[in-house]
Amino acid sequence: MSFLGNFTGILLGGLAAGTVLFIVSVGLSVTMGLMGFVNLAHGAFAMFGGYVIVLAMNQAHIGFAAALALGFLATAALSMILERVFYRRLYRAGELDQVLLTIGLVFIFIAGITIAVGPESQPLQLPKALGGQLNLGFTQYRTYSIFLIVIGFLIAFGIWLTFERTRIGAQIRATVDNRRMAESLGIDVDRLFTITFGFGSGMAALGGGLGAEFLGLDPQYALRYLVYFLIAVSVGGLGSVLGVYYASLLLGVLDFVLKLYLPKGGSVFIYALTILLLLWRPQGLFGRRET
Amino acid sequence: MAAARVVRQERDLSLATSDKPAPDAVFAVHPAARALMRRHRLRWWELLPWIAALAFYFAFPKYLGFGTDLLIAILFALSLDLAVGYAGIITLGHAALFGTGAYAVGMLAFYDIWNEPLTGLMFAALAAGAVGLASGLVLLRTKGLTLLMLTLCTTALLQEAANMGRAYTGGFDGLNFSIAPVFGVFEFNPLYANTQYLYTLAVLLACFGFVRTLVYSPFGQSLTGIRENLLRMHAIGAPVQRRLLICYTLSGALAGIAGGLWAQTNAFVNLSALDLDRSATVFIVLILGGHGRLYGAFMGAMLYLALEHFLARVYPTAWQLGLGVLLVVTALFARNGILGLGDALWRRLRAGRAGR
Repeated sequence: MSFLGNFTGILLGGLAAGTVLFIVSVGLSVTMGLMGFVNLAHGAFAMFGGYVIVLAMNQAHIGFAAALALGFLATAALSMILERVFYRRLYRAGELDQVLLTIGLVFIFIAGITIAVGPESQPLQLPKALGGQLNLGFTQYRTYSIFLIVIGFLIAFGIWLTFERTRIGAQIRATVDNRRMAESLGIDVDRLFTITFGFGSGMAALGGGLGAEFLGLDPQYALRYLVYFLIAVSVGGLGSVLGVYYASLLLGVLDFVLKLYLPKGGSVFIYALTILLLLWRPQGLFGRRET
Repeated sequence: MAAARVVRQERDLSLATSDKPAPDAVFAVHPAARALMRRHRLRWWELLPWIAALAFYFAFPKYLGFGTDLLIAILFALSLDLAVGYAGIITLGHAALFGTGAYAVGMLAFYDIWNEPLTGLMFAALAAGAVGLASGLVLLRTKGLTLLMLTLCTTALLQEAANMGRAYTGGFDGLNFSIAPVFGVFEFNPLYANTQYLYTLAVLLACFGFVRTLVYSPFGQSLTGIRENLLRMHAIGAPVQRRLLICYTLSGALAGIAGGLWAQTNAFVNLSALDLDRSATVFIVLILGGHGRLYGAFMGAMLYLALEHFLARVYPTAWQLGLGVLLVVTALFARNGILGLGDALWRRLRAGRAGR
C-alpha cells in the first residue's frame, strides 16, 4: 500500500473509533455540564444499549437500523426511570455520594447482564451492505468505518443545530452557563435534565451498539472504557458538543497511531497528555470557565 | 457529622467568651469548652478493636492470612480517610500511592538492595510520600470532576508506566522476592501467617496512633475547617493549599506503608497493586464504614472483606449484585456509613430517654 493509502488508513480507523467515542460521550458531557453530576454509570448505559441492539439482531433477527432504534428507546426509558428514582435525590449531594451511587449502579448492571445473558462476549453481525470494502478512488477502506464517520458527523451536526437553533437547545446552553440564572428565568431545569439525561443515555446506547463490532461487548465493557469516556468529556469541556466531538476524534486518531507505532504502553502518552491539558485548562479545550 | 458538631461547639464557645472577660475561667467552666478539651482523650471502648484483633489471633489461627489482608485494608482505608474524610480531597487514585509503596518494597527486595522489613516500610512511605507530594502539587490545584479525572489518569499513567518498564517491574507476572525476618528473628512463613499478622497489627497500631494524634491536632482541625468551609479558611488566613498538600503527602505515605505491607506479607508485587479496582474498593470500604471519623475504616474493611471472603468466591455474580445494591442504598440512605447510622440511632435513643 502506498504511503498515502497507509496514512489515510490510520486516519480513517482513528476517526471511526473516535466517532464511537463521541456518540457515547456526548450525552455524558451535556448532563455533567447541566447538573455537575458525576455519572460513572454512563458506560453501563452504553453497555446495556449495546446488549439490547446485539441481542435484538442475533435472537429476534431484527434489522440493524430497527435494532439501533430499539436500543436507543429502551436505554433512554430505563435511564429516565433511574434518573427519577435515584439520581434526582443526589443533585445537591457531594461528588462522594454521586460516585458511590453510580459505581453501585455499574456493579448492578454488570451483575445483571452476567446473570441474564452470560459472561461471554457477544458478537455483532453487520448487515451485508456495511461489510466489505469501499473504493474511495485513491484507496480502499472498510465500508463500516466510513459509515461510522459519516453517521458521527451527521449526529454531531444535528446535535449542534439543535443546541444553536432550537428553544430547548438555548435552554440547555443557558443552564450550562449559569444554572441559577436559568432557574430564575423560569426554565424548568429538572425537566430539562430528565430529557437530556434520557437522550444522552440513548446516544450512549447507539454508541455501544455501533462500536460493538470492534470494541467488543461483554459485561466488563461498563468499566473498561469508562476512563476513555471521561477523558473525552473532560478534555472536550463539560457541556460542549463540538468540544467533545473534536476531543473524541483527536483521542481516537491518537490512540490508533500510538497502538500502531508503540504497541506497548502507548496509552501512557494519552494519560500524560490529558493530565497536562487539564492542568493547562481545567475546564477542557472548549469548556467555559466556571463562574 | 462530627465536624458539624465541632463547629457548633466552637460557636457556643465564642458566644461564651464574648460575654465573660476572663477566657481562662471560661475554658474550665463552659460545658462546650470542657467537651472540646476532653475530645481527644482516649476512651475505654477505643481499646476494643485492638483486643478483638489479638483475640482473633488466638481464636482463628487458620484465618490469619485473611486477618492480615483485613489489617492492611484498614490501614489503606485509614490513609484515604485522611484525604477524603478529613480534608475533603475526593480522589479515585489512591492505588497510585499504594502501588508505589508496594513496588518500592518489592523492587528493593527483588534486586537484593534492601530486604529488612521495618526499614523497607520507611522506604515505601518515603517513595509514596514523594509521589503524593509531586502529584499533589499539581492535582490539588483543581477540584470536582477535574480532580477526579486527574487522580484517575495519574493512577492509569503509573500502571501503564509499570507495564512499559516490565523489564524492571515484572509487568503483569510481577516479582517474587523474599523478606528478611523481623528484627532478624521472626520469619515470614508463607503457610502460617502468624508473624505477618502480628507485624501488620503492630504497624497498624503505630500508624493509627499517628493519624489519631494528627486529626485532633490544630493541623487536623484546620483540615476539617477546609473541608467544611473553604472560603472562611481562606478568609481567616489559613495556608489552605499548603495544608492540603501536607495532608495529601502524609496520606500518600500511609497508603505507601499499606502497599509495602501488602508486598511484604505476600512476598510478591505485580500490576494489580496499581489497579483502578483497588482505588474503587478502598473508596467503597471507607464510605461504607463512614468517612471523616477514625473508626470508619475499621468498620468498612471488616464488613467488606468478610462479605467478600465468604461470598465472592462462591457466588461472584451475586456478590457484585449485592455490593451494587449496598452502594446504592448507602448513597441514598446512609450518607455517613455504618458508623453514621449508629450515631443517628444512638442520638435518637438518648433523645428519647431525655424526653421521658
